[in-house]
Amino acid sequence: MTPYQHSVSLNSEKCRGCTHCLKHCPTEAIRVRKGHAVIDAARCVDCGQCIRYCPHQAKKAAYDKLSDLPKDKWKIALPAPSLFGQFDNLDDIDYVLQGLLDCGFDDVYEVARAAELVSDYTRRYMKEKSPVLPVISSACPVVERLIMLRYPALVEHLLPILPPIEVAASEARREALAKNPKLKSEDICVVFISPCPAKVSYVKNRTLENKSGVDFVISISDMYFELLGVMKKTDDSGSISKTGRIGLSWASSGGEATAIFNEKYLAADGIENVVHVLEEVDNGAFPELEFIELDACSGGCVGGVMNVLNPFIAKARLRSLRRYLPVSQNWGDLSETKVPDEVLVHNDYHYESVSSFGSDREESMRMMSRMEEIFKGLPGIDCGSCGAPTCRAFAADIVRGNASIDGCPMLWHKDKEENKEET
Amino acid sequence: MSEPLVYTFAVDGDNFTSAGEASVKMKKNLRMLAISPDIIRRVAIAMYEGEINMVIHAGGGVATVSVYADKIEIVLKDNGPGIADVELAMREGFSTAPETIRNLGFGAGMGLPNMKKNTDSMSIESALGVGTTISMTVNL
Repeated sequence: MTPYQHSVSLNSEKCRGCTHCLKHCPTEAIRVRKGHAVIDAARCVDCGQCIRYCPHQAKKAAYDKLSDLPKDKWKIALPAPSLFGQFDNLDDIDYVLQGLLDCGFDDVYEVARAAELVSDYTRRYMKEKSPVLPVISSACPVVERLIMLRYPALVEHLLPILPPIEVAASEARREALAKNPKLKSEDICVVFISPCPAKVSYVKNRTLENKSGVDFVISISDMYFELLGVMKKTDDSGSISKTGRIGLSWASSGGEATAIFNEKYLAADGIENVVHVLEEVDNGAFPELEFIELDACSGGCVGGVMNVLNPFIAKARLRSLRRYLPVSQNWGDLSETKVPDEVLVHNDYHYESVSSFGSDREESMRMMSRMEEIFKGLPGIDCGSCGAPTCRAFAADIVRGNASIDGCPMLWHKDKEENKEET
Repeated sequence: MSEPLVYTFAVDGDNFTSAGEASVKMKKNLRMLAISPDIIRRVAIAMYEGEINMVIHAGGGVATVSVYADKIEIVLKDNGPGIADVELAMREGFSTAPETIRNLGFGAGMGLPNMKKNTDSMSIESALGVGTTISMTVNL
């Protein structure tokens, strides 16, 4: 298996080796080594917490730049619905879509449209396939990866339908080819405008057989500033937008769940809340639920670190933008009641524990008791000075041979105090 | 290895909102031990139900989990009112939980049966006015 590729990069000049990212990482994937933060790729879920909390802007999301886009291709922009929530006094999505065309894109396809398709397919799936309940949304790549790494029993609950970004990519391609008969598939370049680095990783990590239809991922914030320069409030754009309320609502927490038209749902946002819910569902709590929407970012996709605005303001703006829109404008084939095969996901899933000391139980039990022994001697204040997020994590690092007990400055301090008393 | 790894958790009876925390902590420990996720889940569920019971009925107690080379043993000990009729209590749907607790979605009378279902052996020792000790094992 090829290692998972992440989308967080570190500017080591800016990193001071402080403990902010360490403390906020939900999977304890970060250690400070030689004065800089290092991410354990096997544990990282691309949630973006470290980017959000770094006070020195040393952590950055890795994504494509506008200048990376090939000049000679038919470029289709795929704006995430959260993009529309970023603008002041916007009363029509068409201004943004026209702006994208004026920025040099040849075509646009709103991801919100694909989201409405996914909502339709999800309703069909719930009705038809009698799935293992509750069904857990797979649209947030962070949640999907977190479940695969830590909650193997919940994998069969994941909605096996491609996320809106992927459905949008193939629909956009199909539409472009139908509209422009001269165009060839290889001339098309699909560019997703993303609110978060997890989507960048999602695109990078799709396998060869399941290659992503998205060719480039750029950030909402880069696009935002570009758009500000070209967007004008003229009425000559016509009506480009083909999305309804449901599509726009996907940008914030609860949007996907309410579109299932089933009261027995739960929607949680923010990585800590997501972990709490997963722990409980893993224990078999909430048997009455039928659908669970989980968004790693607070507020939902509007809370992604590649946005410009505060997520709650963006959410309020989207609410007013969707006001006079029809409920939905995109459905799957109406003559069918099934979920089309091309949007179904077939995962070969193999669980590999990322926390275990090793694959041998006796050996890992010995390591565990050594860890407990070491932990007893540590101050237990979880200060992070040693470079590990907690004293327990530090003890585990020592047992694994990745750290030495001398790394605890509190113990040094204690030694010094005691020596002072003796003399 | 002869010496088991022993973990002890005090389950706070005064704080209903923290019920279930010991189970989460134990799960974290078990994940480090090359134990299959299915077994971890069974231990976590049995412990979770037991913890909730101790908080609802007994004003808290102590949960002790011992990990041996071939089994995991969970002992839940409380000094609560005791169970009057163990056989009845084991029946699915039988519950003595107060209305307030039921309103929270607990007290459906599935706790003890669920503990039995998820473990390989379970025994209950209970004396009225003295307390209850539940011992469960899950084979590795």
